[in-house]
Amino acid sequence: MEILKYEFMRHALAAGLLTSIICGIMGTLVVVNRIVFLSGGIAHAAYGGIGMAFYFNWPVIPSTMGFSLGASLVMAAVTLNNRQRADTVIGVIWAVGMAFGIILVDLTPGYNVDLMSYLFGSILTVPGSDLIIMGVIGALILFLVVFFYKELMAISYDEEFAGLRGLPVRGIYFFLIAMLGFTVVMVIQVVGLIMVIALLTIPPFMMEKYARSLGTMMAGSSLLGACFTMAGLYLSYRFDLTSGAAIIMVAGTVFLVTLGVEKIWSFMPRTVQPEN
Amino acid sequence: MDFSYNGEDVVLSDINLTIREHDFMAVIGPNGGGKSTLIRLVLGLLKPDKGQIRVLGERPGKLTQALGYVPQNVHINDHFPITALDVVLMGCLGTGGHLGQSRRTRKECEKDGLATLERLGMAEHAHKKIGELSGGQRQRVFIARALMTRPRLLLLDEPTAGIDSGGRADFLNLLKTLNKDVAIVVVTHDLFAVSGYVKSVACVNHRLHYHSQEEIEGQTLETMYACTVEDVCRVQVLAQGLPGAGLKKRGDADGNP
Repeated sequence: MEILKYEFMRHALAAGLLTSIICGIMGTLVVVNRIVFLSGGIAHAAYGGIGMAFYFNWPVIPSTMGFSLGASLVMAAVTLNNRQRADTVIGVIWAVGMAFGIILVDLTPGYNVDLMSYLFGSILTVPGSDLIIMGVIGALILFLVVFFYKELMAISYDEEFAGLRGLPVRGIYFFLIAMLGFTVVMVIQVVGLIMVIALLTIPPFMMEKYARSLGTMMAGSSLLGACFTMAGLYLSYRFDLTSGAAIIMVAGTVFLVTLGVEKIWSFMPRTVQPEN
Repeated sequence: MDFSYNGEDVVLSDINLTIREHDFMAVIGPNGGGKSTLIRLVLGLLKPDKGQIRVLGERPGKLTQALGYVPQNVHINDHFPITALDVVLMGCLGTGGHLGQSRRTRKECEKDGLATLERLGMAEHAHKKIGELSGGQRQRVFIARALMTRPRLLLLDEPTAGIDSGGRADFLNLLKTLNKDVAIVVVTHDLFAVSGYVKSVACVNHRLHYHSQEEIEGQTLETMYACTVEDVCRVQVLAQGLPGAGLKKRGDADGNP
């Protein structure tokens, strides 16, 4: 594989794989808890933190992390008692966070950062230090999810019952959202906020029907995400395309094709099997 | 005991009810009469405005394992990737240990869960995804989950709503068997369906009227007077067909195992 002889490609591949694993785990929790919109809100609001980092000349990762953690906890508080009707507030925080970031970047003297690189990321220029941070975060998330697997499963499946059995439902929900905020920021740095949402939702959604447990859904989504990432990276290398966009196009195309195939399959006449 | 949502419209007032051991009680009444609210109060999900509720002498919510609750809606999260057995094992949550982690080992819990499913005739479906099961089968899975802590009282909210009439008799016979070990309260709007099985009836329509076993066997119309006209009609049918109805359903059940 001549593609692997470049160091930036090896880094891009590693970043893509790490992202796929983190997004497979967190995305599964996002999809089964129906908080896709909320995670989109976190990802976009995080731009406010990026703006602050540039304006005040703070280090990017910690300030973005702090800002999006704050935004995500506000959203968690708003959605806590009324998950179905909280979309308006999430939409507002989503837009305001992003506008705030853009204005701060406008006000920053000197050069302007490229908004596009935060939308689609710059996976081809990931430094080794970012890879290490991603690896640590990925390991931490994996550990936490494995350790609190039963609790996360219980509140995801049946919050009311979990509460009746004395589980700290609110605490676990905040913990989940905080972990999500953490994930999103970490991954945005590398692949951009649009790809975060795509990788958080597309693979888990495709796996949901076939998986028999959250664990298999997480593993399957990670694997699927890894395939999309590698295929996208190859296409971007081969045809000189924006890598983030190429990865999303691969994921989106496979998603739509499987959806179509499933639809056709369900209309196909089949031999009727007797019940039992 | 009184209760209202938002301090306004009183949903329940002057409620006084004692659930005895080994009782099999039907809670009937019109929609919006406060049946489910009553159950949620007993569970501690809601707090009464006035008066008090005691579960085995403790506040509701204290003895979470003494109460088994089967919710009305068993169709939550239909696509959730979880097997029937895993739903049942959720019943082990909150039996000690950190953050509700089970003190029983997973092995013990799993053995227990399989045995419970077996008891409910669901052993063959243990490893199926919850979304692949019918409404009645899912109901049994939820009952198994509620039974995992060996509760003293089992509360079921509209359990027969999604089950056809043949399955309903099976289901009620099952409850009758379970009733040997645990007191049961069934919320239903269909008194006729449960008539051959329950030992007592509580009519809830903002107020509560309790009828013990003896009263039901006496079968006077006045005892049911407090309920709606619709319910009174049902009681008449019930009065005429009580022994027959029960026997006939059991016959059906034997015919279609």
